[in-house]
Amino acid sequence: MSTVLEHGNDSRVDGIRNRLAPRAAGLALAGGVVLLLSGLLSWSYDDRILGDISIRFYPAGIQVYVMVLGAVAIALAVLLFRRPGWLDPGRGLKAIGLGSLVFVAGALLAITVQAGGLVNVNEGAWVALVGALLVLAGGGLAAEVDLDVRTWPRLKSSYEILIIVLALAMLLFVTAYTLDVENSATFGTLLVTILTVTVGLLMAGLGEYIGFIGQNNRRPLVLSAFLVAFLFPFTQGGSNANMSIATQILIFAATALGLNIVVGLAGLLDLGYIAFLGTGAYVGAMLSESTFATIGWKPPFFVVMLCGMAVAAVFGLIIGSPTLRVSGDYLAIVTLGFGEIFRLAMFNLDGNNGPDLTNGPNGIPGIPDLNFFGFDFGETHTVAGIPLGRFSNYYFLLLLLVALVILVFSRLNDSRIGRGWVAIREDERAAEAMGVNVFGLKLLAFAVGASLAGLAGTIKAHQDTSVTPDQYIFLESAFLLAAVVLGGMGTVAGVLVGATILKLLPEKLREVNDYRLFSFGLLLVLMMRFRPEGLVPSKRRQLEFHEDDEHLVELAQTEHLEESK
Amino acid sequence: MSAMLEVKDLVVSYGKIKAVKGISFSVEEGEVVTLIGTNGAGKTTTLRTISGLLRPVSGSITFKGQDLTKVQAHDIVQLGLAHSPEGRRIFPKLTVEENLNLGAFARRDKGIRADLEAAFDLFPILRERRSQPAGTFSGGEQQMLAMGRAMMSRPKMLMLDEPSMGLSPIMMKRIMTTVTTLQQQGTTILLVEQNAQAALKRANKGYVLEVGSIVLSGSGRELLESDDVRKAYLGED
Repeated sequence: MSTVLEHGNDSRVDGIRNRLAPRAAGLALAGGVVLLLSGLLSWSYDDRILGDISIRFYPAGIQVYVMVLGAVAIALAVLLFRRPGWLDPGRGLKAIGLGSLVFVAGALLAITVQAGGLVNVNEGAWVALVGALLVLAGGGLAAEVDLDVRTWPRLKSSYEILIIVLALAMLLFVTAYTLDVENSATFGTLLVTILTVTVGLLMAGLGEYIGFIGQNNRRPLVLSAFLVAFLFPFTQGGSNANMSIATQILIFAATALGLNIVVGLAGLLDLGYIAFLGTGAYVGAMLSESTFATIGWKPPFFVVMLCGMAVAAVFGLIIGSPTLRVSGDYLAIVTLGFGEIFRLAMFNLDGNNGPDLTNGPNGIPGIPDLNFFGFDFGETHTVAGIPLGRFSNYYFLLLLLVALVILVFSRLNDSRIGRGWVAIREDERAAEAMGVNVFGLKLLAFAVGASLAGLAGTIKAHQDTSVTPDQYIFLESAFLLAAVVLGGMGTVAGVLVGATILKLLPEKLREVNDYRLFSFGLLLVLMMRFRPEGLVPSKRRQLEFHEDDEHLVELAQTEHLEESK
Repeated sequence: MSAMLEVKDLVVSYGKIKAVKGISFSVEEGEVVTLIGTNGAGKTTTLRTISGLLRPVSGSITFKGQDLTKVQAHDIVQLGLAHSPEGRRIFPKLTVEENLNLGAFARRDKGIRADLEAAFDLFPILRERRSQPAGTFSGGEQQMLAMGRAMMSRPKMLMLDEPSMGLSPIMMKRIMTTVTTLQQQGTTILLVEQNAQAALKRANKGYVLEVGSIVLSGSGRELLESDDVRKAYLGED
């Protein structure tokens, strides 16, 4: 908001800007067109890198991406001419320009490194550079708009639903396409493109509008989101590579959502949450048909799931009841210790020390695939001519799990219990004085979170086919927490985004895998500095971090009034 | 008829330090009773012990014939005893309406909506700002909200801890007038104040606390006219 202040203080700069503003749109438009055209030119003499980008008028790989950037820039520039009150295309263009610069720089770097020297760069890249600078200049010169959320266009609800469906279909297409990209460098540039377009549109204020539409049409939004997720395996043509990653993301997301009940809703910092997932996994393994299972009882999987939930919940209560009376930092340390105790106990319960429950470091391998009423999860099933492999089967089951966790999460959030948690988060003492059973509600959060993780663990045991102690190290707890913080505490969408980012990127960017921890650390530090409320924050959290932002306060009030109508 | 709230030989300590050293007092139904005294006299400690946030070392607290010393804080609210804590302790990031609704957390009946309107009638400014985050309010407005919030539990008895603290004289008068209004509406009130004059003027009964003991008691008028009180608390010689 500081730029607004500068505006008010310096009317001369304001005047110059106002005069240049109409040209800004022209500049940005020209930049967009240049970017678009650069995609038709050759980017390098070498035809072996970044896909084949040496041919003119036949765009491939990064040439297509730059054309996408150009198209979005053109669209925003046109909007800048029209200037509706609820959009700020200037800010969006600034982001697009900046992102395009990064894009071109990355492409130059990749060509230089992979083809050996800057001489290999062809005219296309240089033209794109000019285009990016033009867009950036246009965006920078455009007058800032004070967004007025009350001028949001009100469409017929069927049109609004259509927008949602189209946006989600787009998401499915982009995801399927992105996952198909094998080359790391190409994947990197694609990532920059996606990020640039997303950030550009968000900066322009489109995100808030989409959020508004989403809120008006909650049910269709949720349904179509699940439909899109359900359709995803059908885009993979029976390939297991991406489906394996997808199932891992879903397990991670389900667990992180459970953690979000504890951290995001009840406000309790749990640093040993992975132990509950581990509890479920070990229960699942011990009660499975595996020849290494240490318990003779082999109940049907439905019973195993309940057992996993129950045991994890009991562990949650055991660890929670003595510690939840102490405040935040102590709880974090105790849970951290509990996570380690769990791992070491699993490591040592091998018969040499105490009973043989876990086979120690060897774990419990050979866990067979699930079998529901004759539906074998290990086999490939063909639906409508599209083969769906083993991982797709688990994917569908895990999708149900995620749906269940989301249901529990949102039901709790909207309930009396959820209001109690809000009060506890805000001021424990005052909450107690209001008649909120602080201890009881904290314990409930702990138990519910633990049991959901336990449930996820029982499925994970079968999907991984083996359970070992080293899967449940502290780092995993830290990653779960990172997913929650990165995505946005207390929201469902945020955690889904955070979990996807944290699980997908390491799989796709294998070259930087050595720097995985470093880059996540850096990412988190940058997030805390620039967007502490997370990528998809709840409105209330956002207010907590930016109390002085009047625009936000106004937005929150508008939505509050909408809700109370 | 026995008193609504009966405190007998109450002793409360923080570790080894005794903050309240065996005090006894009572509040009859429909009364406004005030505890006055300087900083550190044990007023706030007494209120916090009554509402279950602190546990007494010895002594008894009886509310409507029930011993409170073993009851959990969140259950005490359900018995009809509300506490508007020192420093107001509103939820700053929540809206006025959310704050008020949390005041009714202990209730499960259907009258909450009507009581929300009653709170808005008591303090019309809250109605105007119902969807504004409470942290953006002035001290006086926050105090109104804190009182409105406490009333949302539909208490038989309301305990107010220094409602006039840090308020402008006009706002203070407004708050004190509301105390009388609430009394007329049938709420029994236990008022803790440093502003002795304002509190005694409206009180049926008053107790003067000094370092954990009651040194003086009587009707509001008696205390207001007592030389000791005038010297010690009203700044007259």
